[in-house]
Amino acid sequence: MRKLLFVYLVAAFSTALAQAPVEKEPLTEPLAADTLATAGLLSTPVPKVKWAALDTLLNNSTDTTYIINFWATWCRPCVAELPHFEQIREDYGRHKVRVLLVSMDFAKDIEDRVIPFVNKMKLKNTVWLLNEPDANSWIERVDASWSGALPATLIINSARPRRMFFEKALDYETLARELSYFIEY
Amino acid sequence: METNRSKIKVPFWLTIALLTGTALSGLALAKSAVVVTSASKLLPRGLYPDFSAGVVQPDGYQVGDVVNNFRLKNVDGRMISLSDFTSQKGVIIVFQSNHCPFSKAYEERIIALDRKFNTQGYPVLAINPSDPASYPDDNFDQMQYRARTKGYTYPFLSDEKQVVAQAFGASRTPQVFVLKHAGGGKFTVQYLGTIDDNPQDPAGVTKRYVDDAVSNLLVSKPVVITTTKAIGCAIKWREM
Repeated sequence: MRKLLFVYLVAAFSTALAQAPVEKEPLTEPLAADTLATAGLLSTPVPKVKWAALDTLLNNSTDTTYIINFWATWCRPCVAELPHFEQIREDYGRHKVRVLLVSMDFAKDIEDRVIPFVNKMKLKNTVWLLNEPDANSWIERVDASWSGALPATLIINSARPRRMFFEKALDYETLARELSYFIEY
Repeated sequence: METNRSKIKVPFWLTIALLTGTALSGLALAKSAVVVTSASKLLPRGLYPDFSAGVVQPDGYQVGDVVNNFRLKNVDGRMISLSDFTSQKGVIIVFQSNHCPFSKAYEERIIALDRKFNTQGYPVLAINPSDPASYPDDNFDQMQYRARTKGYTYPFLSDEKQVVAQAFGASRTPQVFVLKHAGGGKFTVQYLGTIDDNPQDPAGVTKRYVDDAVSNLLVSKPVVITTTKAIGCAIKWREM
């Protein structure tokens, strides 16, 4: 039994995105649990994270390609491209490709806007809310060319190493074409 | 096609294809995305050994550049030019839009900047770079409504053709350019970037970039932090 549990845990961890520090704010964060209970829905929780979480992903040495999309619920072109990232998740399931949607919504809007939006759109990709208001301190670490405008997408595989950055909305064909540089068939 | 291809294996035929495609579609996309120059595609990738740093050559004004005069319609119907401000020590140019939450989050702080610095010779001059065809919230009527209801103390100019935003190299709202009047009607960029370090919560601000820059300029000290970046709403460029 214990062995089974261990196997299960290993599997769970290996399929999850890199485990990274999640912001702890016990006073302000009865995160998601209440909302989910009342909604009675199986929904994607949206953890609030700090830069360190993203930094871990950007520097991890496993041969995994991360598609990190910076978006916000109020950003129309961002919302329009979300289905493409969902499609990528489906189509590249057998590859070591992981999509991470990093919301730039304000932290105070997580319960009223972000989680309901993620539920409504039935997003299956992992969604984080990056709660680092001082964006000047980290924008250049995502990519030196990024002005900070949304949407923006980084495709990165630190093990190879390869990266591509786009400060614009992407369509599925572009995503698939760029991914082909990261994947062995 | 504006991608960062350093360290990426690009077959020769693909390079040709990309360049052809870029040439054909380049104009339409010219301002839409990352400005990793097409030159980086022309050079052998060995010249770009650094994994992380795209070679970036942003368009528009940089710190120290002289700003060309412009003339746009204010919400009160009058035309306003940069050259109308030659009696001032400088101007705080703010690209802001009605539709963008990050921009709206800063409205009161922009008014506060104008209240503080207008009388000291650095008035705020706001410019809306949105194309109303993309964002109806940014049409002239809505601009007038917002300026009136929010009590803007400063002019709010419509740049619906986006020529001024293009000239400045603005990429998002909100975005600030602090200009110093260097004399003889010449304005130079002294600071460009964001207003402070916390869009979400004015009470949590620790670095007041624009305030610091203007305060230093007023006592003839150099601006310490001259460029910052911030999350904002991308300016959606009109189809050409």
